[in-house]
Order: sequence, then C-alpha cells, then structure tokens
Amino acid sequence: MSSEQRPDLVLDARSVTKRFGGLVAVRSVDFTIPFGSIVSLIGPNGAGKTTFFNVIAGVYELSDGEILFNGETVIARPRRTWAEPIYWFVVPTILLILAVAALLAGIGIIGHLLFLATLLAIIPALLVALTRPRWYVRMIGRTGIFRSSRPNEMVSLGIGRTFQNIRLFGNMSVLENVMVGMHSRMHANLLDAALRLDRHKREEEAAVNDARKWISYVGMAGYENEAARNLPYGYQRRLEIARALASEPKLLLLDEPTAGMNPVETREMTGLIARVRKDLGVTILLIEHDMEVVMGVSDRVTVLDHGEKIAEGSPDEVRANPQVIEAYLGRGAASA
Amino acid sequence: MTGHPTTGPATGGTKPGIRQRLSRAMSPGTAFSARHQSLTTVVTFAAIGILLPVIVLLPPFSGFGTQNDWVGGFADAGIFVLLAIGLNVVVGWAGLLDLGYAAFFAIGSYTYAYGASPFTGLHIPFWFMLPIGAFVAASFGIMLGAPTLRLRGDYLAIVTLGFGEIVPAVFLNASTLTNGTNGIVGLDQPSFGRLFGVGDFGFTNPWPYFVTILGIIAVAFMLLSRLENSRLGRAWVAIREDELAAASMGINTVTTKLLAFAIGASTAGLAGVYSASKLSIVSPDQFNFTVSFTVLAMVVLGGMGNIWGVAAGAFLIFELQSQGLKQLNTFIGGLGLPAFNLGPITVDLATINFLNYQYLLYGLALVLMMLLRPEGLFPSRRRRRELHELPDEAERGNVELSEADEVEL
Ligand SMILES: Nc1ncnc2c1ncn2[C@@H]1O[C@H](COP(=O)(O)OP(=O)(O)O)[C@@H](O)[C@H]1O
Ligand SMILES: [Mg+2]
Repeated sequence: MSSEQRPDLVLDARSVTKRFGGLVAVRSVDFTIPFGSIVSLIGPNGAGKTTFFNVIAGVYELSDGEILFNGETVIARPRRTWAEPIYWFVVPTILLILAVAALLAGIGIIGHLLFLATLLAIIPALLVALTRPRWYVRMIGRTGIFRSSRPNEMVSLGIGRTFQNIRLFGNMSVLENVMVGMHSRMHANLLDAALRLDRHKREEEAAVNDARKWISYVGMAGYENEAARNLPYGYQRRLEIARALASEPKLLLLDEPTAGMNPVETREMTGLIARVRKDLGVTILLIEHDMEVVMGVSDRVTVLDHGEKIAEGSPDEVRANPQVIEAYLGRGAASA
Repeated sequence: MTGHPTTGPATGGTKPGIRQRLSRAMSPGTAFSARHQSLTTVVTFAAIGILLPVIVLLPPFSGFGTQNDWVGGFADAGIFVLLAIGLNVVVGWAGLLDLGYAAFFAIGSYTYAYGASPFTGLHIPFWFMLPIGAFVAASFGIMLGAPTLRLRGDYLAIVTLGFGEIVPAVFLNASTLTNGTNGIVGLDQPSFGRLFGVGDFGFTNPWPYFVTILGIIAVAFMLLSRLENSRLGRAWVAIREDELAAASMGINTVTTKLLAFAIGASTAGLAGVYSASKLSIVSPDQFNFTVSFTVLAMVVLGGMGNIWGVAAGAFLIFELQSQGLKQLNTFIGGLGLPAFNLGPITVDLATINFLNYQYLLYGLALVLMMLLRPEGLFPSRRRRRELHELPDEAERGNVELSEADEVEL
C-alpha cells in the first residue's frame, strides 16, 4: 500500500471496500478526515453510510483497503485469523484427548505429561492475554495472526461512536451508562476492585465526577439516576453522545444523530455537535440522511450512493452538484 | 443548565486533553461519597453466624431435631449459598447461561480428593487446598470458556450443558484414576490445628464446619459484592444488556466474559473442596445435572443479579427442601389422616415421602415464580426495571422533562 503520510489527517481510509456476500455495500471509497474538522457523509437510504462507519469502528472486517488512524495502519484485510482459535482450541483439545486416551489405556505417565503440557501451553498465554490484553493483541498483530481490529481496540485508539438505532444500556442508570463509556480510560482491575485498593477508590470517585460533568455537558444534569430506557427519545440521543465522549475520543462518529427528531430538537442537536468541536476539539464524522442538517455545521461533505463516492466538497459545492441532486431526487430532477 | 461558561476556540501550542477541556468548559461536579458496603457485609455475617444457632435453640424449632442436626444442615446449605453467589456472577451479572456449573464443583471436589487422601498419598492441608481447588477450577473454566464464549445465548447454554455432563462422565469412566463409581474415599478432614480450640472437625461435631463455611462465604461474598460497582461489574452488566454496544464502548468482551466464567468457576471450586472435605468422599453421582439445575433455580428464584437475594434464596430453598420437606413428612404423618380412595388409586398422605417430590416442587415453584414474580424473591433494582414498566417512574421522568425543556444547547 502507499506509504505516503499525511500528518494533518486523523483518519485516512484508502479504497475501502465492504462486501456482504454478493452485495457490495461500500465500493473502493477513499475518505480523509483532517484534525479538528466536522466532516459529513450523506447519501440516500441504503447508500452504505452505516456500513462504512461500522468498518471504521471495527465492527465489520473490511473486504479490501486500509484504514490509517493518526498515521498508523489500524485496520486492514485480516490475515490468518484462523491461527488464534487453533492455538486456543484445536491444540489443547487434541492434547487432552491424547492424555485421556493414554490414561485410560493405563499409560498413566504419558497421560500426566500430556496434560501438564496442555496446561503449560495454555495458562501462560492466557495469563498474558488477561492481564495485558493490549500488549497481547499487539503481539499477535505483529506476528501476523490477525490485523483486523475489534471495536474495543478502536475505542482505545480514540474513536468513539453512537448508533443509528439507539443502543444504550437500557436498564442501567444514566450515570452508569456514561461510566461504561469511560471503561477504556480506567485501569482498575479485578484485584483492585475486590480488595478495594486505593487506586480503585480514587479512580472510581474521579469517574463519577467526570461522568456527572459529561451528563451536564449534554444538558442532562439531574437525570443521573434515571434508567436510560425511561428517557425521552431526544435525551437518549444526547446520552449516547455523552457516553461516547466519556471515552475521550479524538474522533467521534455520529450516525444520524437527528433521525426522528422535530425541528427544535434537531437545532439543539446541531448546536451540541458544533459545541463539542469548539469546546473539546474533537474531530467529528457525521452521517446524515437529511442533507439540510449537515449544511450548517460541516466543513466538508462527501456523498455516497450505491456504495460509491459520487461527490465531495464544501457544502455549497455539494448542494449544487447535479449528480447529488439526481441521487436524492431521481433522474430528471437535475436537468429540470 | 442555563448557559454555562464556554471557552473560546482551541488555541495553538500545547494540546490539552479532552478531559481538561471539559473541566474548563464546565463548573466542577458534586463530590462523590463512597459507600461502605464491606462493613455491612462483615457485620451481617457476624450477626447471622451468632443468630442462626440461637434461633435453633428456641423451643419450636429445636423440637424438629437436635441442634447439631440444624447446624450441620446450615453448613450444607452454605455449600449451595457459595455455589449460588458464584453462578450469580456468570448468569446474573454477565448474562451467560451456564447449565453445567456442577462440573466446576466436581473439579474442585476431585482436586481435594487428589490433594488430600490416601488415594494419592498426598496430604496437603485443607487450607492450602482451598486456593488450589479454586485455581484449578478457574483454569478449567477458562479452558472451556476461551473457545466457547464467542458463542451466543442458546449455543453457549448447550455447550456448557455438554461440559457439565462430560466432566462427571470422565470421572466415572476413567476408573484407574478416579475409582469410577465407588469414588475416592477417606479424604482428610480439615483441622484448625491447636489454634482456636473449637474442637475437631468430625462427623459428630458440625460446628467447625459451620464456622468454616461461614468464613468462606463471608470472604467470597465480600470480594464478589465489591465487584458489582466496579469497572468490571459495570462491564459485565453492559455486555448482558448489549454486547455490541459494550464492545463499542471499549470493553474487551472476550476477556471480560472469560473473567466472569473464571470467577464463577473458582467459587464453585471452593465449594467443591469444602464439600469433599465435609463428606470425606467424592463420587461422580454427586455432580449430575440436578446440581447444576438446583443452583440455577436458586439463582433465579432468589433474584438474579442481586447477590444478597441469591444468597438468601439459596439458603431458604436448601432449608425448605432438606428440613422443610422432612418436617412436612413428620407433620402429616403425625396428623393421622385416613387413606382415601380415588377410584383405582388409594392416596395415603401419611406414607408419602415429600422428599421424593423435590424436583416436582421446584418445577412448580419456578412456573409460579415466572408467572407472578419473574424477577425473583429479592430482585436487583435493574432486573425489576427490566421486567416491569414502572408507570409512576416513567411519569415522574416526563414531568421533570417538561420543566427542563427550556434547556438551551
Ligand atoms: N450486516 C449486513 N448484512 C448484509 N447486508 C447488509 C448488512 N448491513 C447492511 N447491508 C446492506 O448494505 C447496504 C448499505 O446499508 P447501510 O450501510 O445501512 O446504508 P445507509 O446507512 O447508508 O442507509 C444496504 O443494501 C444494506 O441492505
Ligand atoms: Mg444508516
């Protein structure tokens, strides 16, 4: 792949393709996001916006292409994904079966040795995987076992997201929802919590304080102990943003944050989005179905249709682009 | 939130983190007050430890059996309390349906049998075997979990069900290693040494066993209940609620679920070591599916997700089935009811052994519970929310909302 680096870009997606069986949902899309900008991705329903977004967020493995975050390749076509499960499952299973067979056949020593060998192979690797998950992931990434990211790794890198269909933790309180968002920025482990070590207590206190700040930042002070599922729709959307911000992202992905809102709520939401960039310096990728919403806040707009990029530029350029009008209004409208 | 101060656009130079920038944009939040749950736990267990034996001394209860019977029964109930709070981590918190939990109980028991019996000739003290049993069971939990926790819902339940059947089957059939059906006998009994003067552990004196299980439960309970309101506990609940959203908030779902499995397994391992030492024998038939089922029923009936409820539920259910049904037998037998004829069948209540209908009664209790109170006897707040719309709560939310509606963004 091309080794050209662009230090001004937070995200650089190069010819990203995503296929679902025979359907090409995203076709060879190049997409860049400069630091500190608000970039919008628009297009009619089914254009592939959410799919593209899920590829960046590490939910879907991409079929082709490469994604650089902060100048480092973080997602590429997965390689040798079968190697890890084989190590964890096939090898120990065979060893165990052999061990049991040896024991049943009365060759006790060999059985014991095989059993010990299984434990020796699995337990150290497991301890490393449990206690140092990031290091472990980086290690197997380096050995080429797999290169594709899981969603949680993208969050650790600094990508936060919301969902098109709200996915809050409905039975948890507003405060707890935001604190789950802080998960990757907290470090207390099992022992810290079980033994109530100082580290856990201090971190927990700080987390509650920060969570309260995030909640009032999105205008929901006073709702801390309400169950998320009991919130009205507009508040649920804001809570999703607070939860994503709590992971301290460098890049925030918002999937149709104004879907289903009335004009007043929509205006409030766009205000919040602009404020997040201005106050917090977070770069934002905004997906929208409704073209008008993005025009006010975006620095740059990219248009997808049938999985392909059909236009890119400033909001005014895009609005005047005949191909875009055609995609939205159908053939004939552009020539009218 | 009427117009809080906002800072101007970012200035160049050093880049402050997003949290510092938030602090600059917001006024400081209210302080957080720590709750002292651990102290409550210790005090409660001390109270239970002192009160239970006293209750037993009271006339109406002591009539049903000697005090030693009762205390021994409590010690046995403790095994199930321990199993239930362990399974609660897996099922109640992390939401992973484990139908083969008895496997880890079996592994703990056999670990003790190997470590402290004439069978192997090893005689490692009980107190060392406790952590060893927990560790071995946890290792097996991880070995089972690593490949299978990627499965979801029903598939995981089936795999764990299989595991729960395989483990006793292996103990049964690998007879050169395990003595097969006969099991391993003559396991060492624990001993306090000459430390506390509580008297020796033995079949005739249940007190040391009672004190021991109370101690184990208190420690396990304290450690586990602390996890509930921690980073890890929230991650478990988040995974149970929505796994994709949890992963998208930075939770490593694989290791987090694995930890739940390992912790649940290690608790069962502790219970296994204790139970083996108390019975002084392990055999494969102690660990069949009914054990997994009983513990799961205790968790469900007690109130999934609420560690207090689960512990209380396990204790109540165990006492009901072991003491209650026995008392029912003697009580009804003592009434001297005449047998009555129902056509071809003659029903003689006086000779019915209610203990035989234990699982029928479980089934009835579960069905009734699912109809009347699906969240369990002592539900967690979260479960109650999940299973019941609370109309008043929702309304209250709406009222507050209309007041806060002039929020300006
Ligand atoms: N998980 C999936 N499996 C198969 N097809 C999918 C999946 N997700 C999306 N698609 C398809 O990909 C196309 C793009 O969908 P999507 O990205 O949701 O569009 P948009 O968000 O722009 O409305 C649609 O044709 C949709 O049916
Ligand atoms: Mg979409």
